[in-house]
Amino acid sequence: MQEAAQAIVPAPVAKEGAEEFWLRLRKDSEFIAIPLIALCGAAFLFSLFLLAIGKNPITFFELVYRGGFGTAFSLQNTLQRSAPLILTALAVAIPARIGMVMIGGEGALVIGGFVSAAVAIPMLERVPPMLALIIMAIMGMLAGAVWVGFAGFLRYSRGVNETISTLLMTYIGIAIMNFFVEGALRDLTNPNKPSTKPIGDAYMVGKIPGTDVHWGLAAGIIIAIALHILMTRTTFGFAARITGGNPRAALAQGLPVGKLILACTAIAGACAGLAGFYEVAAIQGRANASLAAGYGFTGILVAFLARHNPIAVIFVAILFGGLVASGGLIQRRMDLPDATVLVLQGLIFLVLLTSETLYGRFAIFKGKSAGDRT
Amino acid sequence: MTQPQALSLETIGMTKIFGPLVALGDVSLKVEAGSFHALLGENGAGKSTLVKCIMGFYQADKGSLLLNGQEVNVRNPRDARALGLGMVYQHFTLVPCLTGAENLVISRADAPAIIDWAKETKALEAFLERMPFRAPLNIPVSQLAAGEKQKLEILKLLYLDQRLLILDEPTSVLTPQEADEILGLLRGMTDRKEISVVMITHKFREVTAFADSLTVLRRGQRVGGGKVSELSTDAMARMMIGDTQITTRATRIEKAPGAAVLEVAGLSSHDEADKNVLDRVNLKVKSGEIVGVAGVSGNGQSQLMEVLSGQRPVHEGRIFVRDQPFEPTRDSFYRLKIFGLPEEPLKNATVPRMSVSENMAFRSFDRPPNAKWGWWLSPGPMRAKARELIETYRVKTQSPDSAIGDLSGGNVQRAVLARELSGDVDVLIVANPCFGLDFASVAEIRSQIMEQRNRGAAVLLISEDLDEILELADRVAVMSEGTISYVAPIGETDRATIGMHMAGHD
Repeated sequence: MQEAAQAIVPAPVAKEGAEEFWLRLRKDSEFIAIPLIALCGAAFLFSLFLLAIGKNPITFFELVYRGGFGTAFSLQNTLQRSAPLILTALAVAIPARIGMVMIGGEGALVIGGFVSAAVAIPMLERVPPMLALIIMAIMGMLAGAVWVGFAGFLRYSRGVNETISTLLMTYIGIAIMNFFVEGALRDLTNPNKPSTKPIGDAYMVGKIPGTDVHWGLAAGIIIAIALHILMTRTTFGFAARITGGNPRAALAQGLPVGKLILACTAIAGACAGLAGFYEVAAIQGRANASLAAGYGFTGILVAFLARHNPIAVIFVAILFGGLVASGGLIQRRMDLPDATVLVLQGLIFLVLLTSETLYGRFAIFKGKSAGDRT
Repeated sequence: MTQPQALSLETIGMTKIFGPLVALGDVSLKVEAGSFHALLGENGAGKSTLVKCIMGFYQADKGSLLLNGQEVNVRNPRDARALGLGMVYQHFTLVPCLTGAENLVISRADAPAIIDWAKETKALEAFLERMPFRAPLNIPVSQLAAGEKQKLEILKLLYLDQRLLILDEPTSVLTPQEADEILGLLRGMTDRKEISVVMITHKFREVTAFADSLTVLRRGQRVGGGKVSELSTDAMARMMIGDTQITTRATRIEKAPGAAVLEVAGLSSHDEADKNVLDRVNLKVKSGEIVGVAGVSGNGQSQLMEVLSGQRPVHEGRIFVRDQPFEPTRDSFYRLKIFGLPEEPLKNATVPRMSVSENMAFRSFDRPPNAKWGWWLSPGPMRAKARELIETYRVKTQSPDSAIGDLSGGNVQRAVLARELSGDVDVLIVANPCFGLDFASVAEIRSQIMEQRNRGAAVLLISEDLDEILELADRVAVMSEGTISYVAPIGETDRATIGMHMAGHD
C-alpha cells in the first residue's frame, strides 16, 4: 500500500555530478558508434562490389589511405579538398538544425564562385588586392545567402518543399553561370574552355605558411567552430533548435519562425558561397564549369555522417577529402573508372540513412530505465 | 442462414511482461455469453495490454484464452477475427472517402478481386434487415456524424460475423446522447444473446447504466469485479485507485469575477480548403473565472486553441487582452502574461529530443539570468531553475539533462505545467489538460488550474471531458460547428442541456 502511494507521488530524483556525466557520455557515444558502424557496413558492401568486378578490396582501401593520408603531399591534397567540403556540409547542417533538408550547396557554391569572379574583373589593377579579396568574399557569400535564403523564403511563405527547390535551383545556378561564361563574360583569349577572365595572381588567396593548403581550410574550421557556438550557446541557436525540433511548439512560444528560417538558410548559403569564392580565388583563378565539381553534393553526405554537428563536420570532411583526393591514384593503379569512388559514396549514404533506424535500439547506450509505466 | 450466437470468453492467468515491467500479472476474467462486461482501470493499468493479448496483437507470456469454454490459440489479429472476436477502437478505422457499403465489403477477408456491386448491395440490404439499427450506406463516411460512424464501425463487425465485441472507450468521440443511444443498442443485442460485449471505459455512468458485470485492473493485476448491481461507484473508484490518498482537491474560492481580460470578437479562421473551421467566435473571459468550452471532438476546439497559441492564422476578427490587441509574439506573451497548456503537450509544447531543463526554459531562455547581454546562454541558472521546478512539481526524471521525450505522459504534462504556471499568470489557456493521465495527476493538475483562477487569472478551459468542465468551470460555453452556440453560468445549466447544444440542436 505504501508502495503504491510512493509510485504515484515519486520522491524527486536528485542525482548529481558524476553519474549524470557518465549517463550523458553513454548517450552521446551512440551518435559516434552508429555512424561508425554504418561506415564499416558500407565498406563491407563496397568490398563485395569490388570482388564482384574482380578487384582486391584490400588494395583499394590501402590506396585510399596512401592517396589520402599516407604522405605529406597526399595529406595536403586531402586538406585542400576538405576546405570546400566543410563549408558545403555546413550549408546542409545548419538548415537541418531548424528542420529543413536543403541540398542546394552545389548551386550556391557555383553562384558564389561566379559572383566573386565577376566582381573581381572590373576591380583588376584598380583596387588593392587585400580589399579586392574582402569584397569578392563578401559578394560571394552574399550571393550564396540570397540564393539559398530564397528557397527558405519560399518554404516559409508558400510551403514549397525546400529539398526539391534547392535541388532544382542548383541546375538553374549552374545554367546561369554557363550563360555568362559562354556569353557576356567569356574570356575570348582562351579558346579551350569557356571561362571568365582570370582574376590574376595578385588577387589569388595565398597558402597557409609552411603548407600547400590555402586559407579556405582555416576559414572553414573557424566558421564551423563559430557556428557550433552559435547553435549551442546563444539564444538564437536555442530558438532555432526549438523551431527545428517542433515548429508547433516554437509558434506557441511566440518565436519568429519565419525570420529564424530565413537566417539559418542565409547562413547556409553564405557558407557555400564562401566555398565558391575559395574555389575561384585559391584554385581555379577564374569561374568556369569546373566549379561544379560535386563538392556541394559530397557536402550533403558529410553533413549527414556528421549528424549535422558542425564540429564533427570538420573531421568527416577531412575523411571524405581523402577519399576524393585518392580517386586519381585508384584510377591509375587499379584501372578503375573514377565513378568508383561515387559508388562508395552512394553506398555510404544508403547505409547511413538505413542506420537511422538503429538509434535507441541498443540498451548499452541507455541509462537504467526509470521504470515509468506508460 | 442461422443467427450467430453470442460467445463467452474467459482468460486464465494472462501474464505479459515487457522487460522489467509486468504489464499484466495473472489476470483471469470471465465474460458470460450475452453479457455486457466493463473493463475498468486507470491509464497504464493494463486494460489495453489485456485486450491486445486477447486480440492477438501481443502474445501473452503465460495464460490461456477460452472461447465458449474451449481453449483457443490466437497467434495474430487474423486468428482473432476468424474466431469471431471483433474490436472497435477509440478512433475510427473506416476509410473516410469510401461509402459505408464500400467500407463493409472491402473489410471482408474474402472480398473478391472484382466486386459485383448489384449482388453485394442486395446482400447488404438483407443483412441490415436483420440488424436492430441502420446506418447510411451510400454516402462517403467522411460526411457522417460521429455517432453514425460509430454505428457503422459496429455494423462492420457484425457484418463480419463477429459476436464478441471489444470496445475501447467507444464514447469518447460522441455526444452524451449519441453515447447513450449506441450503448443502449448494444445492450439490447446482448439481452437478446446476439452478442457479448467487453467495454474499456473510465466513465462510471456508462458502467452503471449499461454493463452487467465488470472487472477492475490496477497495475496489471485484477483487483476486483463482479456484478454491477452489487457494487457502488465509490467501491469501483476505490478499486481503481487503490489506497492512494488524493490530497490535492480543487477548491473553489467563491468571489465575483473581475473585469474581462481575454476577449475574442468575431474570430474566423479557415483551413487549406478555405472551409471555415472557426466561424465568428465570440467569447469573454473575466479575471478570476474559468470559462469551460465544451463540445464534441472536431467542432473547432483544437483550432481555437491553435489560434490563441499562435499556431494558426486569424482570417477575420480580433483578440484582445486587457483591451490591447493580441499578437502571438514572444513579446506579447511575456508582457500580457499569457500562458498555455495545449493538448498533447509532447506534440504541441515541447521539443522531445531537447532536455527537460531546456524545455522548462522555453519561456525564459532569452531573459536574464538565462541569457547574458540578450544573446549568450548561461546553462548554469537554467539547470538550477530546472532542478527547483522538478522538485516542486515532482517531475519524475533521471536528470534535468534527460530528453523530455523519454518521460511518461504525466511527467511531460507536469514539466510543461511547471514551465507555464511558475510565473505570474494573467491569462491561462488550457486544452484537454488531463487527457490520458491517472487519478492522482488529474486531481493535481485540476487543482493547479483552480489555484490560478483563485489567484485572479482568466482561465479558458477547452475540454472534451464534460465532467472536467462541470467540475472546474464558472461558466460553460458550447462549441458546435466552429462557433460558440451556447453560454451559461454553470449553476444555470445541466448535462442534458449542454449535450443538446453539443449535438447542434438549439
